[in-house]
Amino acid sequence: MNGSPLARIGSGWLLVLPFLALVVALFLGPIVDILRLSVTDPEPGLGNYAALMTSDSLARILWTTLRVCAITTLFSVAFGYSIAYAMVHGVRRDRNWMLSLVLVSFWISVLVRTFSWLMLLGRKGLVNEALAGIGIISQPIEFMRNELGVLIGMVHYMIPYAVLPLLASMQTIDTRLVSASRSLGATGSQTFWRVYLPLTRPGLVAASLLVFILSLGFYVTPAILGGGKVLMVAEYISVQILVTLRWGTAAMLAALMLFGVLGLLFVMSRFMKLSTIFGGARA
Amino acid sequence: MRKGLAEALNRYWAWLLLLFLVAPALIALPVSLTPKGFLSMPKGEYSLRHFDKLFTSEEWLSSFWQSAVIALATSALATALGTACAIGLWRVASRLGEAVRAFLLLPLVVPPIISAMAFYRLFVPMGLIDTYAGLILAHTVLASPLVLITVSTSLAGFDPRLEQASRSLGASQWTTMRRVILPSIRPGVLAGAIFAFIASWDEIVVTLFISKFSVYTLPRRMWNGIRENTDPTVAAAAVVLISITLIFFLAQSLIARRHRASASPGEA
Repeated sequence: MNGSPLARIGSGWLLVLPFLALVVALFLGPIVDILRLSVTDPEPGLGNYAALMTSDSLARILWTTLRVCAITTLFSVAFGYSIAYAMVHGVRRDRNWMLSLVLVSFWISVLVRTFSWLMLLGRKGLVNEALAGIGIISQPIEFMRNELGVLIGMVHYMIPYAVLPLLASMQTIDTRLVSASRSLGATGSQTFWRVYLPLTRPGLVAASLLVFILSLGFYVTPAILGGGKVLMVAEYISVQILVTLRWGTAAMLAALMLFGVLGLLFVMSRFMKLSTIFGGARA
Repeated sequence: MRKGLAEALNRYWAWLLLLFLVAPALIALPVSLTPKGFLSMPKGEYSLRHFDKLFTSEEWLSSFWQSAVIALATSALATALGTACAIGLWRVASRLGEAVRAFLLLPLVVPPIISAMAFYRLFVPMGLIDTYAGLILAHTVLASPLVLITVSTSLAGFDPRLEQASRSLGASQWTTMRRVILPSIRPGVLAGAIFAFIASWDEIVVTLFISKFSVYTLPRRMWNGIRENTDPTVAAAAVVLISITLIFFLAQSLIARRHRASASPGEA
């Protein structure tokens, strides 16, 4: 027979091969090389990693990154939960509109969005002018070149990424459980906090981890809205490579980031099939 | 009823949040119409001079052109590689295959700054920095996993017995692929091609590392414009980009809707 299972599998691997080879050669190879650099440049040993303990600036950058990412995650997931909830429990027409808005914002280029925030949040930006116009403030609020600006930009970027896994998780909830809780005498808020919220925990965990992972490596928004005042790991790495040429430090930070991301992805895969997130996120 | 009230409040709050998601981008429109030579809100007077500059400036036009060439080439390559790979993994259908799939999705989850380092490190000795080939290769690695995902999603709804039927009726492997498999996964392939195009068209972090002077993509020029923060041409470019995004979004949702209409009702 011409279509034996073995031949089918063989031809399958043949089709996988070109892309697999490309990723191994162009992606895996140099990443392994970077990991190697982190323990060999400028001299063999763990010196680059030891600097984490001794260097104040490195510690400050890591702390800033973790803090900004944690706050971003908190707000993005809380806001995303609200949107996903309204989508699942709204009428169908609203739901389609809401999904379209989420997806449109998902698709708008990060540069365009960062530019918009720059126009809105500057000292003479629209927000400050409007607030001054109605007399709420007399001095412009400093939204930019500080953590506040970075947080606004990042939360804005990450909300769609939080919505999609939460949506996937809420859609699988058996609504009869909610009805059962209500008919057994629980109030609406009791039902929400003690039945609904715990049921969406896998989605919450997945959304939080996804947002945190994406925030960790975020470059564009912190670099522009932070205006050099909020230095996070990704920007620091680029400075090390393109300006000060300290590959060892850059490679060490990249290794930390990479293992952090992979570790979190592993945790995430325990809570949710990753394919539902990645599949759902773009489809 | 307390539940009803809380839900209604949440609905308003959700609409506000959605407004927060989409509205800020709209500010590019008035700024792009300012008659002044610096970034500002127009006050009563409007002018198209910045659009005029955008579409006559050699620099911006060449960036548009370069981005389009790179994104089209990336989309073509990524669609071919990603589709082949998805069909391959679908045929293999084993634990090892799934492990390979997870590995091949890595370019999507590795932070862009690390990908940028990797390509930079690889391309410097190969002389691929600041070349079309380098950018297209790098973008292809980053964009193919998107095609892999969309085509795999389409394949999940494709009955493998159709392939067996085609083969047992005497069609060759190639004919089966061309006449049976590809037509039924076309929505996934098309969506993948669009995603790959956008991924390349929008890509900035890797591009910042591996391009210099001779290849200057649109995001790269935008990045510079934003950093300098003076020339309103950036706002005009942003308006054009938003329009293109909306067109692609509409195209993609039409494809998805047609797909949903023809296939069984899938996930929302």
